[in-house]
Amino acid sequence: MISMTVQKILNGDRRTAARLIRDIDDGIPGTREILKAIHRHTGKAYVIGITGSPGVGKSTLVDQMIHGLRRSGKTVGVLAIDPTSPFSGGAILGDRIRMQRHSLDDGVFIRSLATRGQFGGLTQSTRSAIDVLDAMGKDYIIVETVGVGQDEVDIARSADTTVIVVVPGMGDHIQAIKAGIFEVGDIFVINKSDRPDAEKTLHDLRALFDIARKKLTGEGWEPPILMAEAASNRGIAELLDEIEKHRKSRKTLSHETVIHRKQAVARDELIDMIKCRLFQEALDHITSSPEFKIYLDCVTEGTKDPYSACDELLSAKLCFIGDEVNRKPDLQEYLVAQK
Amino acid sequence: MNNGRKIKVLVSVIGLDGHFTGAQIVSRFLMDAGMEVVYLGIYQTPEMIVRAAIDESVDVIGISSHASNYGQIGLLIDLMKKNDLVDVPLICGGTIPKGEAEALIKRGVSKIFPPQSTSESIIEYIVSCARG
Repeated sequence: MISMTVQKILNGDRRTAARLIRDIDDGIPGTREILKAIHRHTGKAYVIGITGSPGVGKSTLVDQMIHGLRRSGKTVGVLAIDPTSPFSGGAILGDRIRMQRHSLDDGVFIRSLATRGQFGGLTQSTRSAIDVLDAMGKDYIIVETVGVGQDEVDIARSADTTVIVVVPGMGDHIQAIKAGIFEVGDIFVINKSDRPDAEKTLHDLRALFDIARKKLTGEGWEPPILMAEAASNRGIAELLDEIEKHRKSRKTLSHETVIHRKQAVARDELIDMIKCRLFQEALDHITSSPEFKIYLDCVTEGTKDPYSACDELLSAKLCFIGDEVNRKPDLQEYLVAQK
Repeated sequence: MNNGRKIKVLVSVIGLDGHFTGAQIVSRFLMDAGMEVVYLGIYQTPEMIVRAAIDESVDVIGISSHASNYGQIGLLIDLMKKNDLVDVPLICGGTIPKGEAEALIKRGVSKIFPPQSTSESIIEYIVSCARG
């Protein structure tokens, strides 16, 4: 069963791949075994991360990039990530709209993903989805994310080249320093550069670079700043050229640097994976226990403060947490007596 | 919700129909009901809808129709059958006359929501028929 699924994915079967990505996203048990089996077939695709604030034109830029890559005969996988509503858990995934002209191209696979969970969820299933597209044999994988927060930095770590998109007059460069995204950009694109203030944005970015460059690790790559108008396909060829240059520059890195980087990436990936499972399983373990219900009632009624409830629950349910808290030998008995 | 899965719905307008308001309102309340909605927008051909449904692995397809393009919906059903999307229900909504609606149901459309349908009834139906 697993080997059949794996074989279909290696053959590029889009239906099987699509279903697997769905199962990964929904956390269906069994997907892990398939991911384990396909992992050794990954590592061939070149992963490009595209990030930037909502409305800067990321999807339109990706659409033009697909067009350019297809013209040079490359196959492309796209993961377009939109935010999950924190209120309902639902999402509207609308990135495909901008990429419609590729919707019938067999060499293109576009998949929308919602950010879903808070804790490593995005990173985890996105990484797995990258693996699936990679195993399908796509030459390039473009990951488009909404540019806010830690998740983008994580995506940037798993991308070979990270492109940061800004637009004139939105103060994006300031946002970039705030969020710490600035440091992870390999290429910067000022999109909608026909707008007034494009030059000013360029100058501002350059000035920021002069400050930030001291922090960059001196790997011989100076992030270029490009002007583009994605809607009219201007600046896209230049962007693809720079991506290619960046790709080549990575090949000239010293052996130590390569090893060092590989290790950093592997470490991030492993820690994320542990974090994700640990969190999920520990939380399930605690919230499904009868003690949780009792503590919840106590906190609701005001007979116990949430700080103590948290400490006591953790020390009781997870043996390695909260050594400093007095352990209750039989928690349930103790709680019932207290009540 | 079935075994922790999130329901994923594709919402689209088909053919030369440019009336997107209904589709967007439906998308919005499905999102508020906790579903993931892949919104395709207007001017979609049956081929584009089927391809998106496969690539996105959706549970349900919803078509909003306000331009007498029932023929396109019929072609979509045929194409869905041809592409083995038989476990994905096709739901339509909008200004579809009774006679046309009956013909589409006969051809394979799962359910048609006429004007005045409540959002609750649409959500309830999708929850009941979404594949696991």
